[in-house]
Amino acid sequence: MEVAAAKMIGAGLACIALVGAGIGIGNVFGSYLSGALRNPGAAASQTTNLLLGFALCEATGLFGLVIALIILFT
Amino acid sequence: MAMNPMEQFAIKPIVPLHIGGYDVSFTNQSLLMVIVAVAASAFLTLAMSKRSLVPSRSQSMAEMSYEFVANMIQTSTGEDGLRFFPFVFTLFIFVLCSNFFGMIPGSFTVTSQIAVTFALASLVILTVIVTGFAKHGIGFLKLFVPHAPLPLLFLLVPIEVISFLTRPISLSVRLFANMLAGHTMLAVFAGFVVLLGSAGGVLSILSIAPMALIVAIMLLELLVAFLQAYVFAILTCIYLNEALHLHDHH
Repeated sequence: MEVAAAKMIGAGLACIALVGAGIGIGNVFGSYLSGALRNPGAAASQTTNLLLGFALCEATGLFGLVIALIILFT
Repeated sequence: MAMNPMEQFAIKPIVPLHIGGYDVSFTNQSLLMVIVAVAASAFLTLAMSKRSLVPSRSQSMAEMSYEFVANMIQTSTGEDGLRFFPFVFTLFIFVLCSNFFGMIPGSFTVTSQIAVTFALASLVILTVIVTGFAKHGIGFLKLFVPHAPLPLLFLLVPIEVISFLTRPISLSVRLFANMLAGHTMLAVFAGFVVLLGSAGGVLSILSIAPMALIVAIMLLELLVAFLQAYVFAILTCIYLNEALHLHDHH
């Protein structure tokens, strides 16, 4: 197979990382909402953890993007 | 009309300069960094120059950003973390302003360059290491030894070491990739507008749809711009907390 074509396919495959990121972000916000609706008083104190969890989850998906870029541009 | 969505991240020299075989040109990136630094310091200085008991709008913006960062440090590192307030505040304001300046159409996003974010992240990690060794001496290495039975330590210590060593990478890549992905997405959708608009007939009218989408994504990106600056600052606080209190403050 042509190396250029294989690189394109590889970069596309790297996007599968988004599956995990999607599940993770959904979990973070879903769990936060279910917790916040049960105990609204404690909701405000947990926004820091919410944003932190969101950012950590999102980063894993973006590592996929970085790998795609490395495949394409090296 | 083919457009490259990555073209916006190209670094163009404004004042070419070569010293000893190294390219140290003043580029569009350097220009934006200077603008960000000058704008941030000018705003904070001017806003606080006329200190009044009842703050004006600009004064309360400066005070709010101060209190926001001070609260963040206090809740995540405790009282003795406030020594690092200038460091964390500078990082936060620099990243925040760079992200927001990048949102202006036609400008350049400083934080979409891995060189910039990795320099910031390694500065954070070096500060953490120096602080840890200065405060605990060689005992700082206890950070890598969690409270666990001895057989488990053979597994846990390498994991702790690896997770510590990947921190500068994850900290820098998170910011860089977020900015890169956001701006690439905007450019791709802008390409749709141009393609549809130049197609003629009914298709030209349809180009309103991606245009509206760009506005929505722009709003999302403004949120991400703030969120990433916040995450960068709070992770700095959390790492500093570990250096200051090792494992006893969780």
